[in-house]
Amino acid sequence: MIPATFEYHAPTSIQEATSLLTGLGEDAKILSGGQSLIPLMKLRLAAPTHLIDINRISGLSYLEEADGFLRIGALSRESDLEESELIRTKYPILYDTSKVIADPLVRNLATVCGNLAHGDPANDHPATMLALDAEVVAVGNAGSRRIGVAAFFTGPFTTALKQGEILTEIRIPVPPPRSGGAYLKLERKVGDFATAAVAAQISLSAAGVCERVGIGLTNVGSTPIKAKKAEAFLQGKRPDEAAIKQAAQLAAQESRPSDDLRGPAEYKRDLVRVLTTRALKKAVERATQGR
Amino acid sequence: MQIQVSINGEKHQVDVEPRLLLVHLIREVLRLTGTHIGCDTTHCGACTVLLDGRPVKSCTLFAVQATGKEIMTVEGLELDGMLHPVQEGFMAEHGLQCGYCTPGMLMTSYAFLQKNPDPSEEEIRWAISGNLCRCTGYVNIVKAIQYAANKARQGGS
Repeated sequence: MIPATFEYHAPTSIQEATSLLTGLGEDAKILSGGQSLIPLMKLRLAAPTHLIDINRISGLSYLEEADGFLRIGALSRESDLEESELIRTKYPILYDTSKVIADPLVRNLATVCGNLAHGDPANDHPATMLALDAEVVAVGNAGSRRIGVAAFFTGPFTTALKQGEILTEIRIPVPPPRSGGAYLKLERKVGDFATAAVAAQISLSAAGVCERVGIGLTNVGSTPIKAKKAEAFLQGKRPDEAAIKQAAQLAAQESRPSDDLRGPAEYKRDLVRVLTTRALKKAVERATQGR
Repeated sequence: MQIQVSINGEKHQVDVEPRLLLVHLIREVLRLTGTHIGCDTTHCGACTVLLDGRPVKSCTLFAVQATGKEIMTVEGLELDGMLHPVQEGFMAEHGLQCGYCTPGMLMTSYAFLQKNPDPSEEEIRWAISGNLCRCTGYVNIVKAIQYAANKARQGGS
């Protein structure tokens, strides 16, 4: 399958890229990992007339803690997260997420920021970033602004990025001590999108009470879903069996799945309940172990 | 547009359309037909090549993106007429039947063993999870990779 013709641009700075994007208008798309965009172009579901390849811009591939945030640069690949000692030890929820995205070959090119910018409710990082209360940095000709991930996904394949803006960084608040998280996904086979998946991140007080709870749901609605009722319910409570059970039921009620080849809506809703229970338990276990 | 790519150590300067996929550059322009096109939808991994040492699906990358990069295809595995241990392993352990997935399997295995010379079976299965084989059931492919790992550890290339 051959994509439609397009003009290729390879800027070497963000400023150059945003100028191109602004000047070329709606028919231009950013190419980073390309693992979602190129398949869409081959199927002619997308036919941008200009591609702006940001891979030649230096300084966009980084994974580092600074100023109380874990910063993930626009060109950090999924495999970079998988291979990072910092991520494995301190952010196991991100490690969980990266290693179930597509397959190892795709992850060598696919970027974490692209996983958000694509706006696909079936993508895995959005739920995790919702659970972590992350924010993204959007850079345009006029400067940069930060957008909370909770306000980022505005519709299917639609985000809060404005025309001319590029997502250059994800910022995750460094979790306090006694924090832990997990991402659990049911997929029919390696490389498939989730039938459903759940991200849970918890911070416990010294007394063992939930100080912060984040729960995100994948592929059970037209956008990634933040399970706010379940989060609010657990807040200030001890995450015991009964509380987790109740929170998981609330999360299932907050999901909006539809029937498709991966199963009927009712099945997926119950899957959210089961996965939320397990993700919360794993998050508590990790928080108790001090990560 | 003009691009320069290095494939198996040989430099090429070619004039390509931006929409030309890397796999088409390799097979149809440079006539290196060891790399296969399988599903053409980023699933099967038959088109796997190494891009600066990392295995990627060459059907999901434009040739222009490879400008200035080092590409290695299955033709680059053999050295001075000698098969690489992964190639030898796939022969010795019957790691193929129809052979269609084999070039991709070989490239993924080669890159994986560079990073992890002494893998467990689970790690091998994980590493090749982006390469589909519809004949073997993977058992002999796993054995072939184990063969290559053993051979390399015993002082092969």
